[in-house]
Amino acid sequence: MQGADTQLHSERSDSPHSASCIANPSFRILHPDARDHHIARMAAVALGLTLLENTIPSPLPGVKPGLANIVTLIVLQRFGWRVAAWVSLLRVVAGSLLFGNFLTPGFFIGLAGALCSLAVLAIAQHLPKRAFGAVSHSILAAFAHIAGQLAIVYVWLIPHQGIAYLIPIFAAAALIFGIVNGLIAAQFLLRFEPNHQATKISRRS
Amino acid sequence: MQHLKFGDIALIIFATFGVIVLSLTIWTGAAAERAIIRSGGKIFLEVSLSKDQQISVPGHLGISIISIDKHRARISSDPSPRQYCVRQGWLQQAGEIALCLPNQVSVELVGRDKKYDSLNY
Repeated sequence: MQGADTQLHSERSDSPHSASCIANPSFRILHPDARDHHIARMAAVALGLTLLENTIPSPLPGVKPGLANIVTLIVLQRFGWRVAAWVSLLRVVAGSLLFGNFLTPGFFIGLAGALCSLAVLAIAQHLPKRAFGAVSHSILAAFAHIAGQLAIVYVWLIPHQGIAYLIPIFAAAALIFGIVNGLIAAQFLLRFEPNHQATKISRRS
Repeated sequence: MQHLKFGDIALIIFATFGVIVLSLTIWTGAAAERAIIRSGGKIFLEVSLSKDQQISVPGHLGISIISIDKHRARISSDPSPRQYCVRQGWLQQAGEIALCLPNQVSVELVGRDKKYDSLNY
């Protein structure tokens, strides 16, 4: 999770600590703040769920529950899209390092799915809160995820129209797991009202 | 179901409907109109399925016989040792294909017009 803090801080050249770094330019002291720690913690939870999920055998490569997306959904609701994007992308990169598939096709397929679902969530979060909850976000993100993955597979790995025959299977899986994950996220959001420390962090961002 | 709001239920119904329509359109496939017969990797003949006929196709090992009957096509005889393409039986839908690899002969059914090269979304 150190990587998250490093990247977050490299964007902020005007941080109060930068003055002390000028004396010795080969050193950059990074001071992760509470928000960085929070993102890292959420990403670690997502990573744990990914690990758990990888032990479940899948009937078809690519058909997975996507349990880590529950974390993304909760973070989106509580802390906004930027934090959710951090958590989701960190999970993809750190997860690939953990499973040893960094920069392999599997990594890029996962990354494409994550980017697509984040793009859709960026729009979906503006749906009226009265009518649409975490379940809607989850379903839309799941469909976007599978669309991004299939697009990468088609464009890069298997440019054959035969993969179209798999679309209904993936779409059905996305719908089912989207609903289930959404319900879990909704249940969590309802059961655990925002604690004070967490809301403070979200206000700072 | 306090977790499901009005919009969620509407989206679930809409998405379920969408998945069903998607499955039906992709899996039922278009009606086949023509058969493309290949030999040795090159197109040997392209025939309409509306006329019943038998076609002899010279291949690597010998002659394959392709039958067309009632808008269906099959390989009725082939010199390949394991006879996979013969046992595959009748092909009916666009996109179906029978390959006799040892004899390098294949039959592929295609629709009237290829509406799309691929399906993506």
